[in-house]
Amino acid sequence: MTDIAWIDVALTAARPKALGALLRYFRDLDIAEEAFQEACLRAIRTWPDKGPPRDPTAWLIFVGRNSGIDAVRKQAKTQALPDEDLISDKEDAESDIADRLDDSNYRDDILRLLFICCHPDLPATQQIALALRIVSGLSVQQIARAFLVGESAMEQRITRAKGRVAKAGVPFETPGPEERAERLAIVSTMIYLIFNEGYSQGDPKREAAAFSDEAIRLGRLLLRIFPSEPEIMGLLALMLLQISRRDARFDANGELVLLEDQDRSRWNHALINEALNLLDKAIRHRRPGPYQLQAAIAALHSRAKRAKDTDWEEIDLLYGVLERLQPSPVVTLNRAVAVSKLKGPEEALKLVDTLGEKLDGYFYYHGLRGGLLKQMGRAREAREAFDRAIALANSAAEAAHIRLQIDKLQSEHAHPAAK
Amino acid sequence: MLYAILCYANEETVFSWSKEEEDAVMAKLHAVQAPVAQAGKLGPVGRLMPTTAATTVRKGKEEPLVLDGPFAETKEALLGFYVVDFETLDEAVAFSKELSAVNPGSTSYEIRPFYVFRPGEAST
Repeated sequence: MTDIAWIDVALTAARPKALGALLRYFRDLDIAEEAFQEACLRAIRTWPDKGPPRDPTAWLIFVGRNSGIDAVRKQAKTQALPDEDLISDKEDAESDIADRLDDSNYRDDILRLLFICCHPDLPATQQIALALRIVSGLSVQQIARAFLVGESAMEQRITRAKGRVAKAGVPFETPGPEERAERLAIVSTMIYLIFNEGYSQGDPKREAAAFSDEAIRLGRLLLRIFPSEPEIMGLLALMLLQISRRDARFDANGELVLLEDQDRSRWNHALINEALNLLDKAIRHRRPGPYQLQAAIAALHSRAKRAKDTDWEEIDLLYGVLERLQPSPVVTLNRAVAVSKLKGPEEALKLVDTLGEKLDGYFYYHGLRGGLLKQMGRAREAREAFDRAIALANSAAEAAHIRLQIDKLQSEHAHPAAK
Repeated sequence: MLYAILCYANEETVFSWSKEEEDAVMAKLHAVQAPVAQAGKLGPVGRLMPTTAATTVRKGKEEPLVLDGPFAETKEALLGFYVVDFETLDEAVAFSKELSAVNPGSTSYEIRPFYVFRPGEAST
């Protein structure tokens, strides 16, 4: 095994478990991170000759622990060290640690690690940046480029986030069932935020698009350590269904293609099948939640062979349940799309117009409103709504899509007979 | 003799592969399989979805239990399998060694001879 790229993959895979365990041990994010870095450097030096150890994670924890202790000793002679009897110099210590660290230990370690990153004191962008830095191990440069900010600004943002987390303190005892459920919900939100940060940027060639893959990787990790949590199944299914359409979302010119116009043969059917299976499993638990419902809605689109086969009635019903479970104007806005398909643009517009106060700064609100008005032949008002939408677009592709609508509007207005 | 060659691997590693890494591994595996397929000795090749997509029905005290995934404590998971028709075990071992050499994610290939069993038909 001389392939360095392969070792890189193994280190990435081991990162959350190893870093989580080191954090529990040192109770300090910076020391744990440095210890893990040191262990990785040693892995790159020794694994090519000796081959990878049987349990790379245990190896990294063992080596990281020793180097971390050395570093702490050098830095601060006054600082109290963890119990000496936890550290063994015996040859078989590596397998010993591996035995002691069963999956239930890892579970809490990783959850704690993820939980630190989505600390409620941090704004969402800092949560995402911290998670990508700490859990995923992306470089500050990579994260900065994806967020379109300078490297030093991102460095500052992450340092500030770490500082806040350190000041707020993190509980290290094993969380009880209630607390764990609460943490899982926050962690799920963070993972979905990372996913959307990548997905909403649109262009799959952009740096940020890799965030979506990273979020899916984290979702898989979370589900592997909590294999019976229906909402995590729902979250992963939702992300898989959305990403399955990635190749069909843009045309050759990089223009956004609407769901109903996408070439469905270009959807990734392996991912869709996996997602549908996860959703089936989740529903067996009879504990519905927002992610399962959103995944169920996405699944109805995936199941339709053609856009006109879409079961809008079922989608309307599911949005109705989602509105009760997790009321939000955005959910209602989405339901309005189903209403427009079932009952026409007039009914949908009535619903949309109730949301104006809350969603006035939201791209999709004005986009959908413009679309409905256009369908109803109210061209001037449609144009106004589209103009508002363009001003609020999140990406060049979104703006271009609205511009296309305006062009259509104008050509229809100029040649009404062509309609 | 029919052999099932079962591929075990660490899922966490395999699912950390990027699209490029994944494609590179699959291309190498395909190159190993091609001559066996051309000789007409390669049967179905199955790739299993991740264990998170799995459901296990396990014997319970009264009713069988339906569990999510395989048992949580498994570090190495069955990720796929080949069906091949070889004259000897040596051939199956040689083929598995080749697969193993090009697949960085695999931890082991288990070779299990089997026969086709259809109730009511004489077994061969």
